[in-house]
Amino acid sequence: MVNMNMVQSVNSALDTMLERDNDMVVFGEDIGYFGGVFRTCDGLQEKHGKHRVFDAPLAEGGIAAMAFGMGINGLRPVFEIQFADYIFPAYDQIVNEIAKIRHRSGGEFTCPVTIRTPAGGGIKGGHHHSQSPEAQFTHTPGLKVVYCSTPYNAKGLLISAIESNDPIVFFEPKRCYRGPFYGDPHNVPTWKDHPEAEVPESYYKIPLEQARIAMRGDACTVIAWGAMVHVAEQAIRNSGVNCELLDLQTLVPWDRETVTESIKKTGRCVIVHEAPKTSGFGAEMVASIQERCFYHLECPIERVAGWDTPFPHTMEWDYMPSPARIAEAIHKTQEA
Amino acid sequence: MAGKDATNSPIHIPSAPFRPGDTSTFEQWTAKPTDHSMPAINCSAEETAEHAAGLIRVLSDDNIASGDWNRDISAEDLRLGLEHMVRLRIFDDRMMKMQRTGKLSFYMRSLGEEAVAIAQTMALENQDWIFPSYRQPGAQFVRGRDMVSMICHCIGNEEDNVKGRQMPVHYTWKEGRFISISSPVGTQFSQAVGVGLASQYKGLDEVTISWIGDGSSSQGDYHYALNFAGVFKAPVILNTVNNQWAISSHVNIATAGKNFAIRGIPYDLPSLRVDGNDFLALYSVTKWARDRAAAGFGATHIEVLTYRAGAHSSSDDPTRYRPQDEAQCWPGGDPIERLKSHLIEIGEWSDEQHDSLEEKIDSEVMNAYKEAVKFGDLANGPYPSSDHIFTEVYETVPWHLEEQRKEMKRWRDA
Repeated sequence: MVNMNMVQSVNSALDTMLERDNDMVVFGEDIGYFGGVFRTCDGLQEKHGKHRVFDAPLAEGGIAAMAFGMGINGLRPVFEIQFADYIFPAYDQIVNEIAKIRHRSGGEFTCPVTIRTPAGGGIKGGHHHSQSPEAQFTHTPGLKVVYCSTPYNAKGLLISAIESNDPIVFFEPKRCYRGPFYGDPHNVPTWKDHPEAEVPESYYKIPLEQARIAMRGDACTVIAWGAMVHVAEQAIRNSGVNCELLDLQTLVPWDRETVTESIKKTGRCVIVHEAPKTSGFGAEMVASIQERCFYHLECPIERVAGWDTPFPHTMEWDYMPSPARIAEAIHKTQEA
Repeated sequence: MAGKDATNSPIHIPSAPFRPGDTSTFEQWTAKPTDHSMPAINCSAEETAEHAAGLIRVLSDDNIASGDWNRDISAEDLRLGLEHMVRLRIFDDRMMKMQRTGKLSFYMRSLGEEAVAIAQTMALENQDWIFPSYRQPGAQFVRGRDMVSMICHCIGNEEDNVKGRQMPVHYTWKEGRFISISSPVGTQFSQAVGVGLASQYKGLDEVTISWIGDGSSSQGDYHYALNFAGVFKAPVILNTVNNQWAISSHVNIATAGKNFAIRGIPYDLPSLRVDGNDFLALYSVTKWARDRAAAGFGATHIEVLTYRAGAHSSSDDPTRYRPQDEAQCWPGGDPIERLKSHLIEIGEWSDEQHDSLEEKIDSEVMNAYKEAVKFGDLANGPYPSSDHIFTEVYETVPWHLEEQRKEMKRWRDA
């Protein structure tokens, strides 16, 4: 085990898999010689060769289309979209092509593509460097959607994603690349000494479709993903309520059993995400939970989410769910 | 060198010609100001084949103006162009210093490319629309935008005209017909065709100019723009600014060809390739394209050949992927030095005048900076009210946003 930040653990996952699978290729904008604007591919080209780790022209649609072609012809492409906000020129290729080829070809062609993309706010990136567009992909049959939150789960989940024969959209919370984010912009901790930053240098997997129980408790179930896992953790500590914190990790398909078991125990639930509330993945969770746990619920499920507006620049701390907002939602569930 | 030609690759992966530690040895240009005649403004696309394949220059290597493209630009206008370029360079330096002290989150300089937007905007009429990418802020100086207002946007204070919503350098200025800059690269290029067609539909004498980078030319929007402009004969001037680098991606990864200009011809667009550090040549080709568009003959495609002398942005460190002194090796030189020495050559400028111009602009920028920070900055606030998060999402604020605004205020004011 080595202490790694999330940039290093993503790098380690890619490195490990490039070593194991000669058919895997990694490409994207600025990721070759330079190693990517967030440095997640640093050193990989030098180690594994130009034909396995390379720069692509600045055309997300072209990048996704090339991955589709490589994928159906036996390679295992892993491509990076530099910011999740820039994934939309590739949306048609991802949603209509990559996601659907297995089904539409009667299972004759498959496309084992992994799409890595830094997402979420907290870096003063304005609306084009801060969005968290997971719901735009969870609504697409044929895609699996993963959202990591720590150096440890980033590597384990990314390896599972790369090995998956289904296409995966893999979100990396960019605010957490170099340290967890507890909702206070003035507190900038690193991953040093964090237990979830102890990462094996070698191969390991975290199964997809499995939530992580980040904190155990019996008074309320709090569900989050990405950077919001840490914000929710802070909120729980501040609230003084004995909450169970579930880091969903895989959004599609999500871990029905862990979530159901927890809510049956607590009878209360708060769902947190930084993407806008309307049609956010929280809405899907609420609907599914009430289908499965209606008679165990003691009170309405609370949602704490980003506002239904574009992501702002200077006022981003008034946009992102704060520990205080989450703690209030937790307290509300305790009044019932 | 790290990463360079690391393996025998079974697929072709292009490299940058020079990497850190290398000496950049660009091929020197042989193009001369007398190489290309100026075609009639109603010429066919094919008649510009040699202009697209060659390089239009007005200033020689010694900065003497000559040739068919040498227009009669007054010394006064040339001095004004020089002043705007100096203004932009000093402004950029001040903004970078502010970025380093946290007073703004991010910045992008136009270093080495100052002539592009400044000469080209000066060649237009004031009613023409400017649809920039992020390295043409200089157009705003030409149109007379108040520098304080530009700084207020960059530092995201209460006077920011886009209300703290956009990252720095994503200027919007409707009064100057300067259309809002968007981070997703290339989108403006195809949109510009629509702006131009709307002017034409309304019967107005307006031309639209847009720019895209060599890197962004890989996007579909670049090809949509050329095709739509050709099909609809839109009154637009479409510039591909080939500055050699898109963050760390060398132009070799943007195209296997060596020339962007010639791509316009199959789309039936007259296409010109111009020395982007030659103020006079840029002015001249843009005026030609403006005249052509205004006369109803349609769009022009221009490759502006230049070099990005600075980092991509304040978040970038180009010494990691290119030789540190590569800008000094660029055959096109520096646009400010070239226009300055041309003006000195014709007896219309002097080193002393240049020094006092720099001093004047230094204090102009410093005064604007002091004025702007009175309204707050990113490090210290005050910021635009977060009520602005909820307004102008729609024409009116719908119930769910009204509810969320109240919720936000409850937390903010707690």
